[in-house]
Amino acid sequence: MKKVNVVIIGGGPAGLAAALSAKEAGETDILILERDTKLGGILNQCIHNGFGLHTFKEELTGPEYASRFIEKVKEQKIPYKLNTMVMDISSDKVVTAMNSKEGLFQIQAKAIILAMGCRERPRGALNIPGYRPAGIYSAGTAQKLVNIDGLMPGKEVVILGSGDIGLIMARRMTLEGAKVKVVAELMPYSGGLKRNIVQCLDDFGIPLKLSHTVVDIEGKERVEAVTIAEVKDGKPVPGTEERYTCDTLLLSCGLIPENELSNQAGIEISPITKGPKVNESLETTIDGVFACGNVLHVHDLVDFVSQEAKQAGKNAVKYLKDQEVKATKTIPIQTDNGVRYSVPFVVRPEDMDDLLTVRFRVGGVYKDHFISVYLDDERILHKPSKILAPGEMEQIILTKKKLMEVDPSTIRITLEDK
Amino acid sequence: MYDVIIIGAGVSGSAIARECSRYPLKIAVLEKCEDVCCGTSKANSAIIHAGYDAKEGTLMAKLNVEGNAMMDELAKDLDIPFKRIGSFVVCTDEENRDGLTTLYNRGVTNGVPGLRIVERDELKEMEPNISDEAVAALYAPSAGIVCPFELNLAMAENAAENGVEFYFDSPVEEIKKIEDHYEIHTPKGIFNTKYVINAAGVYADTIHNMVSEDKMEIIPRKGEYYLLDKSAGKHVAHTIFQLPTKMGKGVLVTPTVHGNMLVGPTSMDIEDKEGVNTTRKGLDEVAMKSSMAVKNLPMRDVITSFAGLRAHHPDHEFIIEEVKDAPNFIDVAGIESPGLSSCPAIGVMVAKMIQEKTGSVEKPDFKKTRKGLIKPSEMTLEERNELIKKDPRYGTIICRCEMVTEGEIVETLHRVIPARSLDGVKRRTRAGMGRCQAGFCSPRVMEILSNEVSDIDMYNVSKSGGHSNFIVGNDKEDL
Repeated sequence: MKKVNVVIIGGGPAGLAAALSAKEAGETDILILERDTKLGGILNQCIHNGFGLHTFKEELTGPEYASRFIEKVKEQKIPYKLNTMVMDISSDKVVTAMNSKEGLFQIQAKAIILAMGCRERPRGALNIPGYRPAGIYSAGTAQKLVNIDGLMPGKEVVILGSGDIGLIMARRMTLEGAKVKVVAELMPYSGGLKRNIVQCLDDFGIPLKLSHTVVDIEGKERVEAVTIAEVKDGKPVPGTEERYTCDTLLLSCGLIPENELSNQAGIEISPITKGPKVNESLETTIDGVFACGNVLHVHDLVDFVSQEAKQAGKNAVKYLKDQEVKATKTIPIQTDNGVRYSVPFVVRPEDMDDLLTVRFRVGGVYKDHFISVYLDDERILHKPSKILAPGEMEQIILTKKKLMEVDPSTIRITLEDK
Repeated sequence: MYDVIIIGAGVSGSAIARECSRYPLKIAVLEKCEDVCCGTSKANSAIIHAGYDAKEGTLMAKLNVEGNAMMDELAKDLDIPFKRIGSFVVCTDEENRDGLTTLYNRGVTNGVPGLRIVERDELKEMEPNISDEAVAALYAPSAGIVCPFELNLAMAENAAENGVEFYFDSPVEEIKKIEDHYEIHTPKGIFNTKYVINAAGVYADTIHNMVSEDKMEIIPRKGEYYLLDKSAGKHVAHTIFQLPTKMGKGVLVTPTVHGNMLVGPTSMDIEDKEGVNTTRKGLDEVAMKSSMAVKNLPMRDVITSFAGLRAHHPDHEFIIEEVKDAPNFIDVAGIESPGLSSCPAIGVMVAKMIQEKTGSVEKPDFKKTRKGLIKPSEMTLEERNELIKKDPRYGTIICRCEMVTEGEIVETLHRVIPARSLDGVKRRTRAGMGRCQAGFCSPRVMEILSNEVSDIDMYNVSKSGGHSNFIVGNDKEDL
């Protein structure tokens, strides 16, 4: 069986950044496996701008952002295989993959970096009653048709869900000549970035109806109309139904990390993030298998994906060089009072860098709250925030020095109103 | 002039076509949709009932038990999945135990093999996720599960291989009796035939009433279902029914042959013969009733919901007979549950009627077997690589959820009954049937269809024929 030191599954932003950082850390035996026809992942269809403000201090389009990494991967001569689907990962790190040139083949990896990204929640999982005609697309599918193929999937559009792709597609469809009638959002707040609501809806006069959902889809062959209604306590309120004639319903109702392969390998998955439970090194519950990017938890900005993936690449090399301390102490990070989860889930202070970025999201909209971090009973951070919302990822920094000094049994991230 | 025209390419029509194709007859099937298996046959419980449910002495009872017994050989001949997993009718109230005995006795009379009543402890052992309320159950080891799409398609393909012609997008608009034959009008032309078989499902009444003064009514009886992800596919190992209680009839919970879990159906008489929409009320009812016989069913793992229409006749019986005032016109109507289970036997019964009328003798070259699609997922690594070497398209995954290759999709477009829509491809290959519900693969399947099929391009490629196209124009066209 062919042997490779670091196999990276996925050639999107996470996989590319992880590969570059592994190379930078001195590893030369790397292989990226990408199922699409080119590197770059979903960024290739994200032709709008707004990428890279943190990383490059300028506004790039998705393909531009990706190309900066792709060019470096090519410069560094990091091997990659395109059109290659990973079919299976075993717990002992045998990667089974397939493409049309080499057929089905297996690679024994020493370390694996999971960078498979995420997928969109489909209609079925949303439990919307009605007919099942043509004209119902996930926002990302419509985005591919419009931006890659130059084809319009519809002319009169209703969008359910205010995730970022849905917001971006509201603007895109409008710019391409379609009429976007309304965006309905089940929750009382948007799941997308504030800047996208302003730039993609407000600027085009597209109404956003919070606490609304689709309660019926009409049309036997092609969508003819959808009915939306107000939602209270999780239930549609009778009498609030509004019928919109349209030929298209776009769904942007959440992203789910794509962890079929992780599950096959027996990696423990968090029920909240739907991604692997990782430690400070972004290592999963299988030694030498790391995860980064949207397969780990859904990010708001690609810049943070790149940052996280850089860590994963570096840590994978550290693992290969056997430089892990084999820590004796593992501290769980607890989250509560509005903080839904954190990545990582546990910290081994002996194995962490001097600084550790801990990312998390909140479960609702919180105005004028404090982000607080406790090491056991000692509050080490009390940071005021004007507004915290589920659509935006938050982060705090933990220092190795402090953790070693206090030696707590738990780390707790929480929200406080004073 | 055709000898036999069959109206409807569902499981009944296709089974009849296959059985009739044993004889040297000129046969055609007219189907209103773009493919086989587009009506009642595509949206049902996908189970092969044992046969204890239908009343003693009815045609339903007879054909159910006969059809069930035929399934092993048929599945082997047609290269389709069929699993005899057995079923339980679960009694959750000691007071209703008599109901189990009634079903048991009926089953014995109907000739159902192997029936027995199992008590709570054994039931729990055989099916650990059965409701804690369960007191006993009727166990029917002969009950099974099948893929209705593949069964339907396989019978149709086998019929086509034996000379039956299939005409799609061909709704019957009018039938005229002309002396010794019938003239059938469709938008695609007029078909003349000596015998007509009306296997039109929920439209069997419309077709019947074109030739008969003795009017028939078929009531579309809607059933709504939830389909659960494969992660929930092992929650139960048998088909679980509930014994009806004071609260009414329950829903069934069953594994599917492809490893998902199916829950449903509701039962609601409606007017619209195309009314296959799901409803909030119906879906909520399924969710509520799902827990009556099975515990801890992970309803959060739902990947889709759908509704099907049973072709219900007011007599609740299969109507398989020559129409009194329309000689040589045979109704195959009221084929509701257990229609799927009965269809092999329906095929035999109707073919016998035709054989007797025509005095035909079986063709020596009738080929009873049919080979299914190449299934890379069932191959060893070496076999798979051999295949990819011959045709590299079997090395490209198009549907990531069900791991369907380009090779398999292309093959469906060039078979004897080719797929012509995304739903057609889906029913044949499962591309688009997994947990992402076609989000990932649909643009790719659209491309394959438009590249491979001469009269299909990206602008008219459809979900299910008719006006169900995906693309309405080009970017910036309406600016």
